[in-house]
Amino acid sequence: MPKTHITMKVNGAEVEGLVEPRTLLVHFIRENLQMTGTHIGCETTHCGACTVDIDGMSVKSCTMFAVQAQGSEIMTIEGMANADGTLHALQEGFRMMHGLQCGFCTPGMIVRAQRLLQENPRPTEEEIRMGISGNICRCTGYQNIVRAIQYAAAKINGVEFQEAAE
Amino acid sequence: MIPGPFSYYRPTTLADAVKLLATLGDEARPLAGGHSLVPMMKLRLATPDHLVDLHGIAGLKGIRRDGNKVVIGAMTTQHQLLASDEIAKSIPILHETATVIADPQVRYRGTIGGNVANGDPGNDMPAVMMTLGANYRLEGASGARDVAAVEFYQGAYFTALEPGEILTSISIPVPAAGHGYAYEKLKRKVGDYATAAAAVVLTMAGGKVASCTIGLTNLSETPLLATDAAKAVIGTNLDAATLKKAAAAAEAIMSPAADARGPVEYRKHVGGIMVARALTRAMAKAG
Repeated sequence: MPKTHITMKVNGAEVEGLVEPRTLLVHFIRENLQMTGTHIGCETTHCGACTVDIDGMSVKSCTMFAVQAQGSEIMTIEGMANADGTLHALQEGFRMMHGLQCGFCTPGMIVRAQRLLQENPRPTEEEIRMGISGNICRCTGYQNIVRAIQYAAAKINGVEFQEAAE
Repeated sequence: MIPGPFSYYRPTTLADAVKLLATLGDEARPLAGGHSLVPMMKLRLATPDHLVDLHGIAGLKGIRRDGNKVVIGAMTTQHQLLASDEIAKSIPILHETATVIADPQVRYRGTIGGNVANGDPGNDMPAVMMTLGANYRLEGASGARDVAAVEFYQGAYFTALEPGEILTSISIPVPAAGHGYAYEKLKRKVGDYATAAAAVVLTMAGGKVASCTIGLTNLSETPLLATDAAKAVIGTNLDAATLKKAAAAAEAIMSPAADARGPVEYRKHVGGIMVARALTRAMAKAG
């Protein structure tokens, strides 16, 4: 199958590549761009480990072809840290609240949570849980992931984080 | 999992898309949000030679009011449906239904047109569209035609769509002001298809049900309208005996498959419960 030339912006940088139409976006990101922070989990659109942000939408990059991302603006976990290299509030939240154990789901969780907080800067616990319902974690039971996102929301909003009582 | 090879087309007009599908023939498929088709392609259960991506066609997107109807472009996503004030105001059952479809990521990509056109008995919108009396606009090489949602579904993945036709928009009569509505969906987890689900739209007058329509999801090879169940509640105040009668009338037309969601008897039983719950909640919402 002949290859197609594609261009897009990933984490602020213009990138290009030659892909077959059947190349999934997640494979393009991991193999062509060598950005392996975006993980391949279930490969069946369930787990959300491959979540990236495309033109302001959280998308499972295993369920979209790279050719469909032509001309789009993408952010992956590699684009989350602040310009000075310090951690984004969400990354800091996951670290401070022990929001990860094995860490496999974490890139997808953080990229998804970033879009959630953009759309809803002060989510309730219920809204956080529904907001990350497309991301599966098999270690934490989600408790500390929810706290990590609450921590980040508080930090971004400039208020003190009130940790829920155990 | 990597799909089989195919050639990719991204037309920018509906006319070009229709022409492409006609020229490329049986092995060409239109691609909407892709959240049913791409997983099937990865499993090689679908192996189209050509994909005609509809994302480049601006005319297929958007929600507009047209007199007493709301017209939704087929490529409108579930996320856009949830963000629409027009939908929240005039057809809130669509809002309620979209929130229980899949998960946030899937809703950013999944389209209303794909959901209703695919013919998957597990999809939620078809039964709701039947309940609302919606019409689908189908466009192909031989022109455009309108098919009522109640006439569209013929079997699992088998619909009134002819080869080469694209479902381009959905036209929904706006329900009466003060109508009650509910979509009750029993599912094992977020993102799952319904074990059983029921849609209800009704109006009340003087404390009694004046009109009522009931739709059922995933309880047969196609979505169903439970007409006898709806008839049974007209003129009542939905007392316990009536709810029981309506549930039984609905169960009588259900023929779900036994699968991981449960055996046939269980799915019919909970199907009846979804009908009763949807009726009760719809009545409470009616103004």
